[in-house]
Amino acid sequence: MKRNFISLEEIIETIQMVKKEKLDIRTITMGISLLDCCGRDPREVVEKVYKKVTVVAKDLVRVVREVEEEYGIPIVNSRISLTPLSLITANFSESELIELGKTLEVAANEVKVDFIGGFGALVEKGMTKWEERLISVIPEVLSSTEKVCSFVNVASTRAGINIDGVNLCAKVVKRSAELTATKDGIGAAKFVVFANAPSDNPFMAGAFHGIQEGESCINVGISGPGVIKAVVEDLKDVDFRTLANEIKKAAFKVTVAGELLGREIAKRLGIPFGIVDLSLAPTPNPGDSVAEIIEAMGIERCGLPGTTAALALLNDAVKKGGVMASSSVGGLSGAFIPVGEDAEMAHCASQGKISLGKLEAMTCVCSVGLDMIAIPGNTPEEIIACIIADEMAIGVINSKTTGVRLIPVPGKGVGEKAVWGGLLGEAPILPVEIGNVGLFIRRGGRIPPPLISFNN
Amino acid sequence: MSKAVVTVMGVDRVGIVAGISSLLAQYNVNIEDISQTIMQGIFVMAMIVDISKMSCSFSDLKRALEDRGKELGVEVLLQREEIFRAMHRI
Repeated sequence: MKRNFISLEEIIETIQMVKKEKLDIRTITMGISLLDCCGRDPREVVEKVYKKVTVVAKDLVRVVREVEEEYGIPIVNSRISLTPLSLITANFSESELIELGKTLEVAANEVKVDFIGGFGALVEKGMTKWEERLISVIPEVLSSTEKVCSFVNVASTRAGINIDGVNLCAKVVKRSAELTATKDGIGAAKFVVFANAPSDNPFMAGAFHGIQEGESCINVGISGPGVIKAVVEDLKDVDFRTLANEIKKAAFKVTVAGELLGREIAKRLGIPFGIVDLSLAPTPNPGDSVAEIIEAMGIERCGLPGTTAALALLNDAVKKGGVMASSSVGGLSGAFIPVGEDAEMAHCASQGKISLGKLEAMTCVCSVGLDMIAIPGNTPEEIIACIIADEMAIGVINSKTTGVRLIPVPGKGVGEKAVWGGLLGEAPILPVEIGNVGLFIRRGGRIPPPLISFNN
Repeated sequence: MSKAVVTVMGVDRVGIVAGISSLLAQYNVNIEDISQTIMQGIFVMAMIVDISKMSCSFSDLKRALEDRGKELGVEVLLQREEIFRAMHRI
């Protein structure tokens, strides 16, 4: 029996989604385990890591390009996520760690991926000497490389918030920005502090390949804010239930496309398929913005009252539609609200419609956190630590992932803007409330996990 | 069996169907179905084709179709069929 014929309308709809509404696959991320690269001699470990990455990912970009061409859906980035490097570098000195970071850059260039992530540590409960050492060299690694990304998980619902880790990360944020002062602090844009970090997230800067993952796999990060926006714009007079339902349907289509391409790439590479991260990931291109979806719902400027409710509806509908389309959903999954990578969000921020406080509130209902936010370069380290701690608390108490990607732009202040270019875009520098918080954040130790952690 | 969708979009004129189908025949690609319409004044045609016996690579066929499209003044896309079937079916 001939299976139901594809109608011309469906063909045109798909093509329109790609051409007009900018449907794309944001990233194909190959996760690679480095646990078998352990060894006594750091030089040997670096060599093994280099060899493993360049061998396993040898064909990644070629296959991605092939599949992109055959299916006609653009794939924006190809990336690699690695086992958190703190796990294999216990006996590395600082200079050896920096050497490792530079080697990752060379490996990334050799296999032609856009980013390589995993130079980080999981310290939500305790921090070893070598983890502390690795975290302390992150600014040097980020400033001496272009493709290496880094993360530190400092909090979880089970363990609480490691404030010593938070303080260390605030230093990393500040120092990474300072070391890349000529590029508006771009180093800090490649570093994420997490609570409840997922180990299969394909999105940088926070991607890493968790120890519970297999040898290697292909994870897909889908995008598609333009597609959702087109749906919302067509539905001016409908109530919220109808709106949510239509968003679900569009999310379904986008997710199916992502999974189909991801599985095909995994098959051709002969490695398992991991997950689809069904996130709405904006880019700085007009029409590819989460803020524009919120505005299409009927809010004049993203950030005005109503924004959090609109984002909650959007986030939930995207997940529901995506979960129906795929049984291998993972990662962060939801709507990203970066300021830097979303042209309309940046525009609203520059007009004063969106504040750091409102962004923090929005992170309670979406998937990531305070993302790509430029703040004055002279913001004190303790204030940065407290912003991180606040965001970690939201993740811990609400049993969700939250992240912080702040860029204290060296030499710039409120009213100016940071320009990074490419996918990172540009962002106005947002004002930060300054006051004495030292007594609080210098207490150190760990904020205990909430009662919900005993949900056994 | 391996199938693809050829989509042609542009201003209607004499010779589009002939131009595209003769190229497909040249590469041993069989046309299984054709539908066409005029959308907002633009000619849109989609063909389901069997590419399992084609005499060139997918990317060569794609380039050849794009070039032929330029000669005819239309835009031609070649994509694997699965993507359309997956996105619109539960």
